[in-house]
Amino acid sequence: MAEAAPALLRELEAKARTLRVNLIRMLAEAGSGHPGGSLSAVEIVTALYFHVMRLKPLEPDWPDRDRFILSKGHAAPLLYAALAERGFFPPEELLTLRKLGSRLQGHPDLRKLPGVEASTGSLGQGLSIGLGIALAGKLDGRGYRVYVLLGDGECQEGQVWEAAMAAAHYRADNLTAILDYNGLQIDGPVAQVLSPLPFAEKWEAFGWAVREVDGHDFASLLDAFAWAAGVRGRPSLILARTVKGKGVSFMENRVDWHGTAPNREQAARALAELGAPSP
Amino acid sequence: MSRQQEKIATRDAYGRALVELGARYPEIVVLDADLSRSTKTHEFAKAFPDRFFNMGIAEQNLMGTAAGFALAGKIPFASTFAVFATGRAFDQVRNTIAYPGLNVKIVATHAGITVGEDGASHQALEDIALMRALPNMTVIVPADATETARAVAAAAVHRGPVYIRLGRPAVPVLFGEDYKFRLGVATILREGRDAAICATGVMVAEALRAAEQLAAQGIEVAVANFHTIKPLDVETVVHLARKTGALVTAEEHTIYGGLGSAVAEVLGEHCPVPLVRVGIQDRFGESGSPAELMEAFGLTAPYIVRAAEIARWRRDRWAGRSC
Repeated sequence: MAEAAPALLRELEAKARTLRVNLIRMLAEAGSGHPGGSLSAVEIVTALYFHVMRLKPLEPDWPDRDRFILSKGHAAPLLYAALAERGFFPPEELLTLRKLGSRLQGHPDLRKLPGVEASTGSLGQGLSIGLGIALAGKLDGRGYRVYVLLGDGECQEGQVWEAAMAAAHYRADNLTAILDYNGLQIDGPVAQVLSPLPFAEKWEAFGWAVREVDGHDFASLLDAFAWAAGVRGRPSLILARTVKGKGVSFMENRVDWHGTAPNREQAARALAELGAPSP
Repeated sequence: MSRQQEKIATRDAYGRALVELGARYPEIVVLDADLSRSTKTHEFAKAFPDRFFNMGIAEQNLMGTAAGFALAGKIPFASTFAVFATGRAFDQVRNTIAYPGLNVKIVATHAGITVGEDGASHQALEDIALMRALPNMTVIVPADATETARAVAAAAVHRGPVYIRLGRPAVPVLFGEDYKFRLGVATILREGRDAAICATGVMVAEALRAAEQLAAQGIEVAVANFHTIKPLDVETVVHLARKTGALVTAEEHTIYGGLGSAVAEVLGEHCPVPLVRVGIQDRFGESGSPAELMEAFGLTAPYIVRAAEIARWRRDRWAGRSC
């Protein structure tokens, strides 16, 4: 296991903070949206967009680029914050989230915004899309990798398991799913609403290589992505243990923050915690 | 141009067309859901094993994976029975194919009542309505084997999602090799000024038969083949309405949301004339032979004849109040 350089980790932590700040500002401005599941996946998305994936923001359709599919499409604010920070579009546009005429739709629309690889939002559909792109990459002999971010509640959808079966059957080792295991969904704890547990054993039984990590620890995440890239003959799953609402104390592990935007006062408190000035 | 003795299933024509197109377009990939012998995609699987993906009995993933292939520049043909392609995987077709306008060709077989003995669970009678309601989706219902081959070729070069509806049993070959197919343009197969029948799919043959029977009574009825349900050829509908003042639609589909509804919408907005819709009258299907079911559900030529007579009678009662 290669140790990540301390400078890289500090850089990623700074990026993660920027993404958190931006997504709180966007959500407050929009007055609606999903903070909980956006904040839980910040480190996962930061690691991908600022270290792991090969991308050309000025050439978003570069055929050899790595792909990221946000299957849990309600975490769109996080994806948009990452794309803007990575240079796909001007960061000023982030504040148009969910407004009429904006390219930043409530859930990602690939036709509107460069860098968005798939239109998602109806849960359980992203892994299939990722599988199709991965199989096409193999047919064409291209070396790109496909990353799909899944929610834990989302794994209640049958299509996730259809795709899991097919990906293992077709030995899609250029496909990596990351499961944002924050343990909460709209109606409460995932394990209580309808348990899809145990995750690791299920995915392994479906033929996937599985590694469990702390989804907020960059060193572990980078190590897991390096491991996934080396898995041969089967797809890989990174089971990332996360905290819903991570980084904003009053949102952490609170189900009410799944789909409620902060008001001005709440946003100011959140931003103060993140060390950023109020909007 | 008719080769009426010959009968070929449209799904057989699809299997052959895929192999031909597969050689011409290396971007074509084919996906199926454990029905490749029935949908005839197994012909493509034999010819191009690397480009064929059997996704098993999992239609939602079939559609999602096809979307992914399209995103990576392929031309995926996703095939299964019409009930599963449009009903079971509707949300996937809607959100991952139609909404982003991806270049996926959904070719569904075993549509309509002529599936026969398998009964209501397998008889898609509402698939046209479902697909027609989706923005970006082109909907094609070929009438015979020749038209199927042309439609599949047209779909391969058209950019965007296409739904092609095929049947199970062998049906008469209506068109010869000289037949010209233009996406979105209906073809008038028979002229006539007394009434007009707008037909689609297997009902085109029935409509031609009905027109013969009416001609024997001295009534000249036009017959038009609406192979493209969406976008509908509005001009031809209005032309036929103006010329005859009495229209009949004929489809092997529920009268709600299919060709009959599409034509009624055009007439209502552009040229109100009496319309009688021949189709399934808000019922589910049942088991039986295709021929028995066509009769039992009121789809055979005599029902079209009767519909034309009713449309003409209404037109004459409405005299002076047409468009």
